[in-house]
Order: sequence, then C-alpha cells, then structure tokens
Amino acid sequence: MAKTGATAEVTVGLSSCGIAAGAADVFSAFQRQFEEKGVDVRLRRTGCIGMCYREPIVDVTTPGGAKYTYGGLTVDQVERVVDEHVVGGKPVDEWLVRADGRELPDEAYYDQQVRLVLRNAGIIDPESIDEYIEVGGYEALTKVVTSMTPDEVIDELKASGLRGRGGAGFPTGIKWDLARKAPGEQKYVIVNADEGDPGAFMDRSILEGDPHAVLEGLAIAAFTVGAQEGYFYVRAEYPLAIKRLRIAIENATERGFVGDNILGTDFSFKVHIKEGAGAFVCGEETALIASIEGQRGMPRLRPPYPAVKGLWGKPTNNNNVETYANVPWIISHGAAAYAAYGTETSKGTKVFALAGKIQRGGLVEVPMGLTIREVINDIGGGVPEGRTFKAVQLGGPSGGCVPAEYMDTGVDYESLTKTGAIVGSGGMIVMDDTTCMVDIARFFLNFTQDESCGKCTFCRVGTKRMLEILERITSGEGRDGDIELLQELGEKIISSSLCGLGQSAPNPVLTTIKYFRDEYEAHINEKRCPALSCKALITYDIDPDKCIGCTVCAKKCPVEAITGERKEVHTIDQELCTKCDACRQACKFDAVTVS
Amino acid sequence: MENTVAQDTKMAEFLKVADQVAAEYAGRRGSVIPVLQKVQDQIGYLPPEVMQRIGERLGVPPAQIFGVASFYAQFRLEPVGKYVVKVCHGTACHVQGAGAITDALCDELGVADGETTEDGKFTVESVACLGCCSLAPVIMIEDNTYGRLTPDEARKIVREYGD
Repeated sequence: MAKTGATAEVTVGLSSCGIAAGAADVFSAFQRQFEEKGVDVRLRRTGCIGMCYREPIVDVTTPGGAKYTYGGLTVDQVERVVDEHVVGGKPVDEWLVRADGRELPDEAYYDQQVRLVLRNAGIIDPESIDEYIEVGGYEALTKVVTSMTPDEVIDELKASGLRGRGGAGFPTGIKWDLARKAPGEQKYVIVNADEGDPGAFMDRSILEGDPHAVLEGLAIAAFTVGAQEGYFYVRAEYPLAIKRLRIAIENATERGFVGDNILGTDFSFKVHIKEGAGAFVCGEETALIASIEGQRGMPRLRPPYPAVKGLWGKPTNNNNVETYANVPWIISHGAAAYAAYGTETSKGTKVFALAGKIQRGGLVEVPMGLTIREVINDIGGGVPEGRTFKAVQLGGPSGGCVPAEYMDTGVDYESLTKTGAIVGSGGMIVMDDTTCMVDIARFFLNFTQDESCGKCTFCRVGTKRMLEILERITSGEGRDGDIELLQELGEKIISSSLCGLGQSAPNPVLTTIKYFRDEYEAHINEKRCPALSCKALITYDIDPDKCIGCTVCAKKCPVEAITGERKEVHTIDQELCTKCDACRQACKFDAVTVS
Repeated sequence: MENTVAQDTKMAEFLKVADQVAAEYAGRRGSVIPVLQKVQDQIGYLPPEVMQRIGERLGVPPAQIFGVASFYAQFRLEPVGKYVVKVCHGTACHVQGAGAITDALCDELGVADGETTEDGKFTVESVACLGCCSLAPVIMIEDNTYGRLTPDEARKIVREYGD
C-alpha cells in the first residue's frame, strides 16, 4: 500500500467543458494509477470549477484541507502527479495554477469574484445529495417549510433586492407575490433552463455543478406561491445537465425534500423535467409555457402575465436557473447579507460566462457594479498578446456591443442600459481588432432571423430585410443609404414586436452602428473590411520577398489554389482561393499577407 | 420489387415504435413534444406516416403534429446519417473560427452544410450555441464534445470516428 498520509482526496472537474477537454480520460488515468499502485485516496468528481481556460482541472487536497490545483492536466502527466504529489506529498510546481498560501498568477482570476450562486460548484460532487447536505443544503427549505410563512419569504426576497437573472431583471420578490396573490387553487412553478443565448453557459454550469441549489430554490418558490407541481424546462443540448438534474430530483424525493408531505408537513410538490426541442424563442416565458403544453413555441400577448394566467391557464411563477439558485443562500444568510453586495438598485452578484478573445475565459461571479474593465482585464487577463481590445458583447442577441471608451461602466442593470447594452443572461464575449463589427451584427441577425417564430410581420419580414442588407454590405455590395435604412427598420421592428426576441433583435445592429459607424462606412464606401475578416473584401497574397518555396502552403490548400516549384516563390490563384486561412497559418516564414 | 417490400417492413416497424411511445404517454397533457422526441430517438427521423400515426394515437390533428415538428429545430423530417456532426456556431465559436471548421468538415466529407454523406455515415450540421464557449471552436457528435479545434483536428476526428 503506497503511503497515503500526504493526500486526503483528489477531485477532477467533470462538467461538459472539462469532459470535452479530456477530463474523463484524466479521471480514468487516476483510477488506473490508484489501482495499480494501491493508492488509498478518495477520487471524486465535481462540477465546473470555473477556470474553464485551464481545463482539465484537478484539485489535490491535503488532510489539513490545503488545496493545490493543477490546470491543463493531460493523461501523460497523471503518473507524475500521483507519484510525486498524491503519494510523495510534494506538489509538481510547474503544473500548478493555484495553491493555498501561494500567490500564483492565476489567483487574480478569483481575487474579485464573490461566489454565492457558484458556492458549491467545483467543490461538491453534483451527483451526491449527501455532499450537498453536508455544506448546508436543504437547511433553507427546512427553515421555510417549518418556521416561515409565505409572506415572510416574500418580504425577505424583496428586502434582498434580488432581480431576475434571466435578463429582464424584474424584482423576484414582487414576482412571487403576484403569483401568490393570484386567485386559484392550482398553481405551477417553472425553471427556465432554456439558456439559448449563444455564448452563455452559466445555467448549464450551475445545473451540472450544483443542481440541488436550484431544486431547493424551486421548492421554496412552490411553497411560497402555493404551487403543487413544478417544471424544469431544459435545452436538449444540455444532456449532462439533464442527467444530473434527474439524479438530484430522484435523491431529493427519496429524502423527502420533494414529493409528498415534504419534511413531514402537508406541503406536497412534484417536479418534472421537460426537454426543449431546439427553439431559441422558447426562452421567452410565454413561448416556453406553450412548449410545455405541447404546442408551437409562439409567444402570447401579456397581460395577462403568467403569474396570473400561465401554464394550462393557471397562475405560474417562472424564473431563471440563476435566480432560483440565489434563494437558499438568501434565506440562510438573510436579505441584508445579500444586499451588502452590489449597487443601490442592482443588489447581489451575477454570474458571467466570459469567452471570446480573452486570455482567461470561464465562469465568473462578481458583485453587481464591478466595472467591465475589472472583469475583462483583472479577472479575464485581457485580450491575447499583441491584440487590442475592441468591444465586448453583452446580453447575447438581445444585447449590444460596448466599446473601449465605456470599459469603466459598472456591470449593473441601470449603468449598462445607458450604453445601449444590457446585462442580459450573462454572456460576455470579448472582441479584438481582428473582429469585424459589421460581421458580428450580421451574425446575430442571422441567428435571430432563423429563430423568429414568425408571428409578427415586422419581426418575421423586417429581420430578413435587415439581414439581406448586412449580407450585401459584408460581401462588398453595400449601398448609400443602407445605414439609415438599417436604423429605420431596426426602430420599427422594436416597436411593433410582441415579444422580447423581436423587441431586441435589432440591438446588436443599432449599437454597432452607434459605436462603429466607421466600419460600416468602410465596407460600403471603400469596399474595405478594417478587421480583415469579411472574405469577400480581403485578398490573400504571397510576399515574394519572404517566400522560400517550401511548398507547405500549397500542400495545405484544400482547393489547390497555390502553385509554385520547390525553392521558387509561390502564387495564389485568386479565382480559386476561398480565404480559408490555412496557408497563412501553415507558413513558418510570415510570407502570406492579407489585405 | 424487393425494395418496396423492405421499405414497407421498415415503415411497419416505425409505426410500431410510434404506437409504443404514444401508449406510454396516453392521457398525459402536453405530450406531443416528448412523444416526437422519443420516437425520433429510436427511428432517427419523423416520416409523414409516423407523424400521422402519432396524431391518431394522441387524438391530435395531424396538421398540429406537423406544425410542432416543423417548428422545432431538433425534429428531422428527413433521414440523417448514423452520426450527426454538430458544429457550434455560437458567438464565441464564431469569433474563434467556427466557419473554418464547417468548411473543413464539409470538404473532408464531401457534403454541404446540412447534408449527409453518400454512405449514410455522417451528417454535418451547423447548430446554435452548445454552451462550451471557453473551448471554442466546438463540435459535438452524439454525446461527445470536442473543443479547442483546428480545422485539421476536426478532420481527424471524423476520419477516426465510429471505428
């Protein structure tokens, strides 16, 4: 038996990102090593640890509780970690990214984060209800069901200042109050886990990392508004989240936290999971409700709001995953503790999914009001070496692009709205000088056009016309007056659409025109793409001064557009070139130019 | 002649699946979508005859079934390949070169976006965000996710997949 006093447990991050980066193989490698060498140390799995840019991530914890984190660990590296650290007690310093008691560079990632919603993600095994209970899980539900009235819960939520985290930011206490006061015996609660914003993965990580937190919040909501049944509406694209949720619901039902006569009281609450079927618009609450009812996901006019007339016509409380995950913490720690974080009108914390052209991308949770600069530069480490920050896209297809001059804006509901962007669900995509803002506008409009349900003429037809204009512009056929037409169409679509999709689809176009008009004008008037990104407006050439005729590019070219003899300057046939960039990436002599 | 018989047998099996799944959900409200999902999981797509049968079993007009099936992106009305290669075109992946991944895969497999290879092994499909943005660009085959891809790596994955 190998000496085991040095290590208490080894934990591997096994959320979708971790698994995609190879963490499942790393986990198996640890298992094999432990078996072969007779190592008697607990090997555990956990959800998203948050440092997504460092996946696969492995934590080695000493009996004293000191934690050492390895980042980017590969299967080949496992043996050394086992021999030297797990058994030998000596960390392999060169592969560490974090360590208790040391100020490694990656510590900056966590310095300004406040992990309330993500309190357990990356720490507990999301498939173990016992580990959840060990860290205080279901204490809030117990407190609510045995010693609080629904009105007291609502007062607490109102005092905390919690606002809906799905994007609209509606005060949660008021929302629950409306459903509670709505007439009727049969009521429902729904979790909106249809996270459809491209670039957003907060809800997926919460469900994969701490499903019980959301379930507990939902049960508290059911008690408060008087619902007997609840639904998790989860995107079908999140199979791991669905799996972990099923396990959580099963275990919670076994232990009496969900189901009949919860904790021995006469409060009964059943939970179901409904899988989405691939429609972004079903993130809109009335479309979501229609989908649960088995219909096409087409939004309905509000009022009446779901709180009064929702699922099957009954009062329904619908909230986002993150909103529910906040509730147990607020009940356990009190409204004042929650309100201590954030700004005057935006209390608490918000989880952001930081991605794009960023050094340290991942899941971060910060107090409302932290500036964009602090999130992107201090936490995220800024854009890659040699590149310049251009803009950050917030709020997905409903949001806007915020340029460099507004980087000191606080991330909260009111401050961001002033810039034309929104907090949204939490997607934060960073863009640098190689990103074409006109292409970004086209990209988002392409998405919303595809996802439009078709009910409202302006949304259905208007987004199509806007998309056509943007496609013309990015392919070099922009015309005088296009910008003004985009603005006019955009404003009309916003004012004549029934639901949030249409009402916000033009936002990315309008904000990019507002802040990057020069790029639009370059595309239209000069047929030039300043970011050298739009394929129709760029040309790939080989610099005769640098090319040594190594033939590597010619071999890489998928359409055989490059010709040249060995040791002689090569040329690109412009008729055949598809601008795929393979040659430029392959060339070791910097001989391929883009203009 | 044999072809038609084989097709008929296949359809008869499909209809049996539709009957089985519909029976599971008998009497439950809002079951159209889960029934369509389960049937598609088993037979791969939703032919018109199957949708008609589901409508009959659930007591829902076939036009409504078709309306639901044609609304949601997940439902396929045409057969797909054994493995559907989903290329994520979410914002982060787009910014990190998803277009090049789709181009490379289409070139490697000799199909256009959304089409199936001749041997029926692969279908390439551009999809909206899969939620693995830190690993952009990403593709997903069955329940397997692959991230931080270069076009060459993507080609390698499909070359070796399912062997």
